[in-house]
Amino acid sequence: MKYAFPLAAVIALVLCALILVQIPGMQYLFGVVIPYLAMALFLGGFCYRVIHWGKSPVPFKIPTTCGQGYSLPWIKHDKLEAPVNAGQVVARMFLEIVLFRSLWRNTKATVYDGPKLTYESSKWLWLFGIMFHYSFLVIVVRHMRLFLDPVPGLVSFLEIGDSLLQIGAPAMYMTDVTIVLALLFLFGRRLINPQVRYISLVNDYFPLFLILGIVLTGILMRFFLRTDVDINAIKELAVGLVTFSPTITAKISSLFYVHLFLVCTLLAYFPFSKLMHMGGVFLSPTRNLANDSRMKRHINPWNPEIKPHSYAAYEDEFREDMVEQGIPVEKELPSQG
Amino acid sequence: MYDSGKIIPGLIIFVLFITIPIWYNRGGGTEPPKPVLPKDAKACVLPAAEIRAEHMKLLNVWRDEVLRDGQRGTVTVDGKEYPKSLMLNCMKCHTSKKQFCDTCHTYASVRPYCWDCHLAPVE
Repeated sequence: MKYAFPLAAVIALVLCALILVQIPGMQYLFGVVIPYLAMALFLGGFCYRVIHWGKSPVPFKIPTTCGQGYSLPWIKHDKLEAPVNAGQVVARMFLEIVLFRSLWRNTKATVYDGPKLTYESSKWLWLFGIMFHYSFLVIVVRHMRLFLDPVPGLVSFLEIGDSLLQIGAPAMYMTDVTIVLALLFLFGRRLINPQVRYISLVNDYFPLFLILGIVLTGILMRFFLRTDVDINAIKELAVGLVTFSPTITAKISSLFYVHLFLVCTLLAYFPFSKLMHMGGVFLSPTRNLANDSRMKRHINPWNPEIKPHSYAAYEDEFREDMVEQGIPVEKELPSQG
Repeated sequence: MYDSGKIIPGLIIFVLFITIPIWYNRGGGTEPPKPVLPKDAKACVLPAAEIRAEHMKLLNVWRDEVLRDGQRGTVTVDGKEYPKSLMLNCMKCHTSKKQFCDTCHTYASVRPYCWDCHLAPVE
């Protein structure tokens, strides 16, 4: 029941915002104070974590090589799988970050009677993973219409593209559908696949439920429970927050505060959770190191400094003892005058 | 710290990127819009709070009923009959698209596709 606790936690957060915001004056806490605190925690925590990682030494070159390394001229070098220079590393990192290339290699191992072990390509995780991440990105950029005044062309263009199907009014967003599908897959996978279920922890389920809560409250606000979701008052508050002069002018639906509170929880939780893979992907040594260990010497940063000690110097240091013990020396002791 | 030449600029770019709304809006945003309400009409087809939240759904339902199902009837509110029509009903009181519809829609970047088919009143 590792998913029961995080589910209860998200429900508790929802109820907490839903009930507390009924108290007069609490709107300011939920609408202004908590968002500022959450954003400060997000930015501060993010930078802290990345700098903390930057302080950790990398003792060895540990790039993952999945192809032929640079070798003799007549052996074809796999530039993406075993990059040897900065350009090739950048290309590999770009494909990793933009297209989730390592996930594309995901395989599924199955044991049949016999026993017979088989591996087959399994692209579902890649598909739903990339669907989730890009839907989330589009949704975040779309939300900039509430923070930017006037709304830039890129944001409205993305919005038009996202609601291109023109289903219903307000127009349905495709990313709303895809993010829910992707989240349900990512959750279902942790429930149904026994191996993944075994290794799934509370901190795997919690972000899933939290993001699902954010998505569902957002969808409810836009399409179903529209009463008092006063978009002008919300935009005034959002623009006020980013210009450091926030005001809450009208009564806004408590659903909005629940949505905002869950987003703030996500922001505050982000730097201290597995979600830090957003920054971590750039710093993963197996991906961002060049496979040039036979061209450039990688020096372990914590190696003590050892000065070269030649045999001649060694003999100079211990000659007397060596002669005393009868060990042959290249240079005799100076004759005692 | 190792590789600070790459990590610190990366972090600075990240923070600048996240705080784009602050740089973009500096100088303060515009005031929220105040749509011009009709002077003579007192009641809409729905109470103010409801029509504010649900007008797009209502128009969508009317569009489907009138154009797709051919039910060009009227709706009766408080004993008064209204045609199910944007141009013949809504725009009768709210005569100006620019001063009524567009004020909020532009502010919140909402682009209803009413005007893909309907001709906006000349202003």
